[in-house]
Amino acid sequence: MKKKPLAVLAVVPAFNESEAIGGVVSELRAVSPPVDVVVVDDGSSDGTARLAETAGARVLRLPINLGIGGAVQTGFRYAARNGYDAVIQVDGDGQHVPSEIPALLEAMSGTGADVVIGSRFLAARGYTTSPARRIGTRVFSLFNSLALGRRITDNTSGFRAYNARAVRFLSENYPQDYPEPESVVLLGRNGFSIREVPVRMREREHGRSSISAFGSVYYMVKVLLAIFVDLFKARIVRQEG
Amino acid sequence: MQVRVQIVSILVGVILLGTIFQLIRKNRLQEKYALLWILSAVIVLVLSVWRDFLALFASWVGIFYAPSALFLVALFCGMVIALHFSVVVSDLTKQNKTLVQEIALLKEELQRTRGASRKRRPPARKRRP
Repeated sequence: MKKKPLAVLAVVPAFNESEAIGGVVSELRAVSPPVDVVVVDDGSSDGTARLAETAGARVLRLPINLGIGGAVQTGFRYAARNGYDAVIQVDGDGQHVPSEIPALLEAMSGTGADVVIGSRFLAARGYTTSPARRIGTRVFSLFNSLALGRRITDNTSGFRAYNARAVRFLSENYPQDYPEPESVVLLGRNGFSIREVPVRMREREHGRSSISAFGSVYYMVKVLLAIFVDLFKARIVRQEG
Repeated sequence: MQVRVQIVSILVGVILLGTIFQLIRKNRLQEKYALLWILSAVIVLVLSVWRDFLALFASWVGIFYAPSALFLVALFCGMVIALHFSVVVSDLTKQNKTLVQEIALLKEELQRTRGASRKRRPPARKRRP
């Protein structure tokens, strides 16, 4: 019996990514087996939405800038309402390599995991970051590993695959400001299984990271506080099974 | 000296209470948010008028100068109100986020359905004079 192909939606959050977004969308549209592409324009002022549309993506235009968490969540809501089987989250800046998407999806169907994270650190595949960033990712890895009782190497990676159950959950519960590390804890503690697969990532070609040098301290404190608070929250969904 | 402090604090309490009622009357302040303010104003007023109780309260908590106890209570009321507002702002932020997301989803749907209907019947609408 032949398996029905999965309906997969690529969710691309973008804030003022006019230089990169067109390339990201056309690369995503070249992925095989094909995925639908929706760009969530987080109130950009540089024509990101128009360029994404021209490149062939559907575009969700947020009238007010919500930050990355609110933008990604809009994509989850879209996927949940339109009955997609899986969501791939891809950054709008061109860092992630769309040709790695089949590897994420295969890992998901192969292991039955609810969430698959594309990790830069699982295997040495030519991604280097600044020392400060490395310390940051170590700290998150340590905290989240303690919180979940298992090791997650790349908590800040925004290159992920979610199945429909995880998408439904996240469309209602997604952290606001810097969601990646916190969502790992949130998902893990609510009974979703998480896998990591090694992926390549590119150095950022255009624009700057959403996290500035000054902001990184605030970022760390805020995210660690959120994770710490999450540990005391009641579970939102009961473990099935 | 004590009397002057008492007069000032009674005045402050009365003005606060008057302002709150005026704001409610003009629909500028919802009762839901006025409740804590009214409670605070009443507490300040009661403690300023009823000096013996203020003195008793001050000695309970170990404050030698009774009017200081009044300031402490007022400060505490202010903190409770500020905390309450933080909770309200957090709720509003959450609701706002949901609304913004909903608008984006509806706009996309509208665009899509309009495009589809336009394709089906090209002269969809005639301009009216």
